[in-house]
Amino acid sequence: MGRRLVVIGAGMASGRMLEHLFETAPGAFAVTLFNGEPRGNYNRLMLSPVLSGEKTYTDIVTHDDDWYAAHGVTCRFGEHVTKIDRGRKVVISPGGETAYDKLVIATGSAPFIIPVPGKDLPGVVTYRDLEDTDAMIAASRPGAKAVVIGGGLLGLEAAAGMATRGAEVTVIHLMGHLMERQLDPAAGYLLQKDLERRGIKVHCKGATKAILGDGKVEAVLLEDGTVYPADLVCMAVGIRPETRIATDAHLEVSRGVVVNDQMQTSDPAIHALGECVEHDTQLFGLVAPLYDQAKVLARALVGDAAAFRPVQTATRLKVTGVDLLSAGDFAEGPGREDIVFRDPGRGIYKRLVIEGERLIGAVMYGDTADGAWFFSLIKDASDITDQRDTLIFGPGFAGGSKADPLAAVAALPPEAEICGCNGVCKGKIVQAIQGGARTLDMVRAQTKASSSCGTCTGLVEQIMAMTLGDAFSANANPPMCKCTDHPHEDVRRMIKTLGLKSIPAVMQEMGWKTVGGCASCRPALNYYLLSDWPTEYVDDRQNRFVNERNHANIQKDGTYSVVPRMWGGVTTPAELRAIADAADKYAVPMVKVTGGQRIDLLGVKKEDLPAIWADLNEAGMVSGHAYSKGLRTVKTCVGTEFCRFGTQDSTGLGIKLEKLLWGSWTPAKVKLGVSGCPRNCAEATCKDVGVVCVDSGYQISVAGAAGIDVKETELLCAVATEDEAMEVIAAFVQLYRENSRYLHRIYKWVAKVGLDWCKAQVVDDTANRRALCDRFMLSQSIYQKDPWAEEPKLRNDFAPLMDLSREAAE
Amino acid sequence: MNVMADAWLDIGALEEIPLQGARVLKTPKGCVAVFRAADDHVFALDDRCPHKGGPLSEGIVHGHSVTCPLHNWVFDMTSGQAQGADEGRVATYAVRVQAGRVLLDSARLARS
Ligand code: SRM
Ligand SMILES: Cc1cc2nc3c(=O)[nH]c(=O)nc-3n(C[C@H](O)[C@H](O)[C@H](O)COP(=O)(O)OP(=O)(O)OC[C@H]3O[C@@H](n4cnc5c(N)ncnc54)[C@H](O)[C@@H]3O)c2cc1C
Ligand code: SF4
Ligand code: FES
Repeated sequence: MGRRLVVIGAGMASGRMLEHLFETAPGAFAVTLFNGEPRGNYNRLMLSPVLSGEKTYTDIVTHDDDWYAAHGVTCRFGEHVTKIDRGRKVVISPGGETAYDKLVIATGSAPFIIPVPGKDLPGVVTYRDLEDTDAMIAASRPGAKAVVIGGGLLGLEAAAGMATRGAEVTVIHLMGHLMERQLDPAAGYLLQKDLERRGIKVHCKGATKAILGDGKVEAVLLEDGTVYPADLVCMAVGIRPETRIATDAHLEVSRGVVVNDQMQTSDPAIHALGECVEHDTQLFGLVAPLYDQAKVLARALVGDAAAFRPVQTATRLKVTGVDLLSAGDFAEGPGREDIVFRDPGRGIYKRLVIEGERLIGAVMYGDTADGAWFFSLIKDASDITDQRDTLIFGPGFAGGSKADPLAAVAALPPEAEICGCNGVCKGKIVQAIQGGARTLDMVRAQTKASSSCGTCTGLVEQIMAMTLGDAFSANANPPMCKCTDHPHEDVRRMIKTLGLKSIPAVMQEMGWKTVGGCASCRPALNYYLLSDWPTEYVDDRQNRFVNERNHANIQKDGTYSVVPRMWGGVTTPAELRAIADAADKYAVPMVKVTGGQRIDLLGVKKEDLPAIWADLNEAGMVSGHAYSKGLRTVKTCVGTEFCRFGTQDSTGLGIKLEKLLWGSWTPAKVKLGVSGCPRNCAEATCKDVGVVCVDSGYQISVAGAAGIDVKETELLCAVATEDEAMEVIAAFVQLYRENSRYLHRIYKWVAKVGLDWCKAQVVDDTANRRALCDRFMLSQSIYQKDPWAEEPKLRNDFAPLMDLSREAAE
Repeated sequence: MNVMADAWLDIGALEEIPLQGARVLKTPKGCVAVFRAADDHVFALDDRCPHKGGPLSEGIVHGHSVTCPLHNWVFDMTSGQAQGADEGRVATYAVRVQAGRVLLDSARLARS
């Protein structure tokens, strides 16, 4: 018999290596094979189909007893090797010592366990071997609750498998989107949508704080306080190379057991392969490169020359019905260029990353038919210059479909609501057109769609264009920006109709032409989403312009101005002293009374902002939002309190209105004025909303302007009491928040939708008025917070990263 | 004297720079804006827009570009080149991320 070869670990890598070895050099070695698991080699990848019930364990065994016997392998399954004695060339296990001439370490990896309280409770499993799989199968009774921590490849396969068996599964993922290492946000969004359709709940940006339970797992607690009940918890947050015996034997170990091109460790008699190794600083977590290692090692063991070169790998998710592929490098990078194709209707997203003449990465979702072709272009580093323009359509491109701007609307189901005012769905509009309505006016007359506020006109026209083809020419609104073909109004409408709740969702479902949008569309989308889904969407400050991000107006020299709120223009000696102190303390270059009845501290350095805010907060003052697309000022006059002509308490009402409305985000800034009589000292009739007090009550007028355009307000209604005035105004502001396009002041929006429509919504229809008010108050319950008090706690980036300015230059 | 091996200056941890945001590094010759794009690529540019000196660190970061907060010029952060119709260039600095730390080529800072 040949020399003695001992192999530690009967996994996929060593199994493949032995196949090659017995093929090329039968009888060269007497092999002893240890395995921690009480069985030989099986196809670990196929545990997922076993979990979902599509396969059984016997289907996935790669080497059975007969195979080992036929090749004279001494099997020591269920026996861990605990120590390697390199001096005496033996390995030590519970069964005693086993001598080797050559040793192969193939111990794979160990699942990473996050160190939270409760991690050791019964019912917490990982996903690595048959025992884990069986535990999940046993726990997946219909109705049982399972929580998977980790939304990567393994976690999602575990989740899908358990869901197939009827368990109610929740996936908790730390990052902003699923499989972030393989997918970009758009593909991650589509994946989440597919999983949710199967009843799997996905919680992104969720950090696990503890696993709860008494004697066995009962629930998972997140840092944000959410609790998910659980009968089983699967931790699938990552793996690390299993290197313990190699480290103990003082082999060179970095993150993995270090090997050279021949898979040799720092000891010439010992080789290693599989997930436990590190080659050229790289670790491995997919089988394709491990199979190459197996080939190389089989040759190296018999003294043949061979060298391991890692190849590119592609990732797929083994969940039936989910079609995704990620290959190569898809990070944006210097000199790299993206090609994006989205088909919202069919849920398809494809992105290719090109560097120079080569394709270097691809992310695809929904249709991966061309995946193999793209992957080979990446692997072979083929020159794609000639095919660049049509590359994304795949090898079968015959000059056909380019991205279709009408796709998003075409994809809407007939029951999708197009006109929110009149509740008209797409099907009804199509019917009317097919029934002979050939012009917009005819469609309006027959269906009422687009006949009220008119913001859905663009969509109605698109439906007409789709249905009538060339026979119809829309007088289209211009698109939002170069990233999309859709105007603001259509995007707003579709956000509601399709229930889109994140920026990647909007970009995918509306067929955005860029990967991540631009400085023009991102702030608009951020506003639309927070206004439409106040409780669900999380505001993202990186989508905001500098002023709203830093809660102060940036000046031409990069300093900022600080304007505290002065409710209704009324202040106190104490506030004035605090302002004066702050001006002294921070050496404010200019203190100025603004046109909005308050005091501006101009020229404050960014790094001083948190401190000056804290000082002003201390004196009871909050941010005046002099920088926001939101409520600015409510200008008042002295009214009945002091003025001999005053008819009502205009100052008091102004303060109440400011306290009601402050902190709300709006499409563009909103300014109010309240005058105590028609002499109008508060200039109420050129504000976005103006109140003029009269003996019988309050005249509320809207849509004034005194900036770039000057325009007098128009009367909305007259009411008798302060309470009514406040309700009408809150409802009107909410109507504006829900319907206007971004950056349109109220006067521009009213010019589009018509004052009569506004009156119908907030004056005549009192139930609707109350509903608008309720929605406004719901939003305020989240957004009416002083950013000066909140933000410095949330972020620490107001100060420079590092200050070298005081160190002498060389 | 500047030894090449010492030229990479550790300026902080990657996490200290907000995603799709920037932090500044104050130097005797003015501020350097250190950006972190959505895909964790890091860039360093002079924090002065060639148009009218706007602080680029406060611009909106999209892809590997930044839009100046004052008048919306757009710069490619890799080359520092103004995009579109605008003409101008911002000086860039070599930066890299190693083991979660951001390293900046300080040779350019020292040179006058
Ligand atoms: C500080 C103040 C001037 C002053 O010293 O009085 C001011 C300062 C600025 N105004 Fe104003 N506006 C100020 C009252 C006004 C008024 C008068 C008023 O509110 O009664 C108007 C006309 C009324 C109106 O808004 O309709 C006014 C009409 C504008 C406009 C034109 C808006 C429009 O839709 O036509 C802009 C430009 C814009 O917003 O895009 C603007 C923009 C600006 C900006 C924010 C320019 C900018 O984007 O950087 C200025 C910031 C300067 C700085 O560095 O801090 N400011 N601005 C006033 C602050 C009021 C406050 O307490 O919050
Ligand atoms: C559920 C699941 C799905 C997967 N899906 C895919 C996929 O779709 N595509 C893909 O490319 N990859 C996939 N993988 C990864 C793939 O299975 C691994 O890359 C591969 O199995 C690693 O092979 P290995 O031989 O290095 O380690 P393993 O196959 O893990 O084998 C290592 C063996 O060593 C044993 N061992 C460890 N220490 C000792 C010791 N001291 N003494 C004795 N024995 C020991 C262990 O018990 C284990 O049996 C998946 C993995 C899992 C768990
Ligand atoms: S009018 Fe307003 S925007 Fe114009 S310079 Fe004066 S403060 Fe600035
Ligand atoms: S200063 Fe940057 S665009 Fe004007």
